Amino acid sequence: MIKIKRPKLELLSGTFVEMLVDEGLTLLETQGIMVENAEALRLLGDAGAVVDLASQRARLGRRLVEGCLASTPSSITLFDRSGEKAFAVGGDEVHFDPGSAAVTLLDHDTQEERKAATADLVDFYKLVETLENIHFQSTGLISSDVPAAVSDGYRLYLGLCLSAKPFVTGTFRVEGFRPMKDFLVAVRGGERELRLKPLAIFDACPSPPLKWSNLTAQSLLDAARAGIPSELISMGLTGATSPVTIAGTLVQHVAENLSGLTICQVVAQGAPVIFGGSPASFDMRKGTTPMGAVETMMIDSAYAQIGKFLKLPTHAYMGLSDAKVNDPQAGFETAMGAVLGALSGINVISGPGMLDFESSQSLEKLVIDDGICAMVYRLLAGIAQRDDPIALGLFEGFTPDMQFLSLPHTRQWYRKEHIQAGLADRDPYEAWVTAGRTSIVDKAHADVRRRLEEYDASPLADPVRKEMDKIMAAYARSQGVDRLPVWDF
Amino acid sequence: MNKDELLRSMNEAIVAGNKAAAAALGAEAVRSGADLLEVIEKGYVPGLQRVGELWEQGEYFLPELISSAEAMKAAMAVLKPELDRKNIEARRGGKVVIGTVEGDIHDIGKNLVASMLQAGGFEVYDLGADVKLERFIEKAEAVGAGIICLSALLTTTMTNQKRLIGLLHEKGLRDKYKVLVGGAPASHKWADEIGADGYAENAVAAVKLVRTMTGGD
Repeated sequence: MIKIKRPKLELLSGTFVEMLVDEGLTLLETQGIMVENAEALRLLGDAGAVVDLASQRARLGRRLVEGCLASTPSSITLFDRSGEKAFAVGGDEVHFDPGSAAVTLLDHDTQEERKAATADLVDFYKLVETLENIHFQSTGLISSDVPAAVSDGYRLYLGLCLSAKPFVTGTFRVEGFRPMKDFLVAVRGGERELRLKPLAIFDACPSPPLKWSNLTAQSLLDAARAGIPSELISMGLTGATSPVTIAGTLVQHVAENLSGLTICQVVAQGAPVIFGGSPASFDMRKGTTPMGAVETMMIDSAYAQIGKFLKLPTHAYMGLSDAKVNDPQAGFETAMGAVLGALSGINVISGPGMLDFESSQSLEKLVIDDGICAMVYRLLAGIAQRDDPIALGLFEGFTPDMQFLSLPHTRQWYRKEHIQAGLADRDPYEAWVTAGRTSIVDKAHADVRRRLEEYDASPLADPVRKEMDKIMAAYARSQGVDRLPVWDF
Repeated sequence: MNKDELLRSMNEAIVAGNKAAAAALGAEAVRSGADLLEVIEKGYVPGLQRVGELWEQGEYFLPELISSAEAMKAAMAVLKPELDRKNIEARRGGKVVIGTVEGDIHDIGKNLVASMLQAGGFEVYDLGADVKLERFIEKAEAVGAGIICLSALLTTTMTNQKRLIGLLHEKGLRDKYKVLVGGAPASHKWADEIGADGYAENAVAAVKLVRTMTGGD
């Protein structure tokens, strides 16, 4: 039997990849990186970097960075809340998670973006829990009814209460890390258990060009110490905050990611790190950051190829759109990104549900995108040889009136070879008219309602929940927050 | 180079965004004792106006816009000491305080507006990003600016544009300043809603708006 070929996209030649990595390393060695965090600078200095404390600049030698690369795991295994279901983040495995930290929600009834509230975040978590092709949750909305001082912790708290999936999250404030880690430890039952079975990925974004802020550097240090995977989100904007050429932006991307990785390794050798990002092809007229631009997707695919060359797990913001509503642009940008990202073998693809330059989430889009992800997984599964001979046996005794619908062979294979259509319309025209010319957005809205009603995730075990409540209450108190939107789970 | 050639070259240097040429032509004007106000008004400024037109026609994009502004600034940097020495007052657009409001570190758009305003002859006080609201007022008071421009990229920080207007009211200074807002989430509607004096959707429009506000052409 023929081995199934996994379809694969590689935009760069091997020589080009090596050149890009080489320039990235040279950049770190000659110009270095700004690190606005005293501890990170000190640790880098101890490890052999040339550090200037006054200017907060660290020049990272090749041997240091290459040593850190060697100690970084090439694959991470995340586990769901129960600790039973494992997700490999490495190789060519692909997992989707919703584009995260949107500030608005596209309201289906008004078709306007509005500020998101805790009630929306609860719906978001419940819905994502039901979407089988979106493997990870993300702390996807910023609730406007939660004080900013505790909003990073509160959204993870709610998420862990409502969903069993692994999380992609991150801190908004240095103080946010401790309670967020404590939630994860509470779920796992101990620090060692969390280290063995990571439940969440923490995003950390360098500020382009070539800088780690105090917050993001601290997040790298804290996560590395706890064995929590850090996802490095470099986000150069071509021609604005990074070189205008795609290749030039890739050099900066390599340097920023490898400097983040180095910070993680110097504090905790072997700390899990994901080579990720959210760069964009800067729009030279509007000054915006289009995630749906084909050049953005090319940068993503290419840096992921570089990440694989460096034997690192990879991430990208793809499968999302800059459209403001669920219109054709939302569909084509999302599908293009999801397909290209998956063909590039990117391990964590953040995007589903997201609109408007990473600033808005749509529940309807999440459902539509889950269908796109289903198609993507089918594509990745490739074309198999099911029989030997492949088809000659079926044609044995061929007559012109032969048909395949009634063959046991058809019944045996159709569900494996073909997936169901999801929400895409496949009605004949007349049937579509008779059914009320329903758009995919209306179908998606009905599906959202149905899924929210059917949501039935097992709640957290009582003692864990009590522990989580305690941690949340203490965090709120420590930040001077005396009331939080309460939710009846 | 005769005067017409000089003026035309200045115009072309700005349109091409050629910083070195714009400065060299300025130096030549100084050396040859040309009427400096005339070279600004008839040489460089028409170039800048042409750049604005090309932007509006969709021919020019941000890189052209910014390099032309930089060329204009380079030319003015050469002319300024000479104008000062001769005690000649170049036509000034007025003083503008600009910055990205507190809580917001995005400054690409703000930098562009600041640069274009400066190129357009305004005296610009750029406070940077994540600027405490009080700072805008302190600076405007200190330098005697008439215009305060507020940028915000986030829906979460744009409310600080509104807060600044409240702050001006509290201090009894609201009528003293024109407050203009910009940034991705801002709009004419938002400007009206918070009682700002104006909104511009891009850097070219911002220069026009400021010019109108200061009673220029």
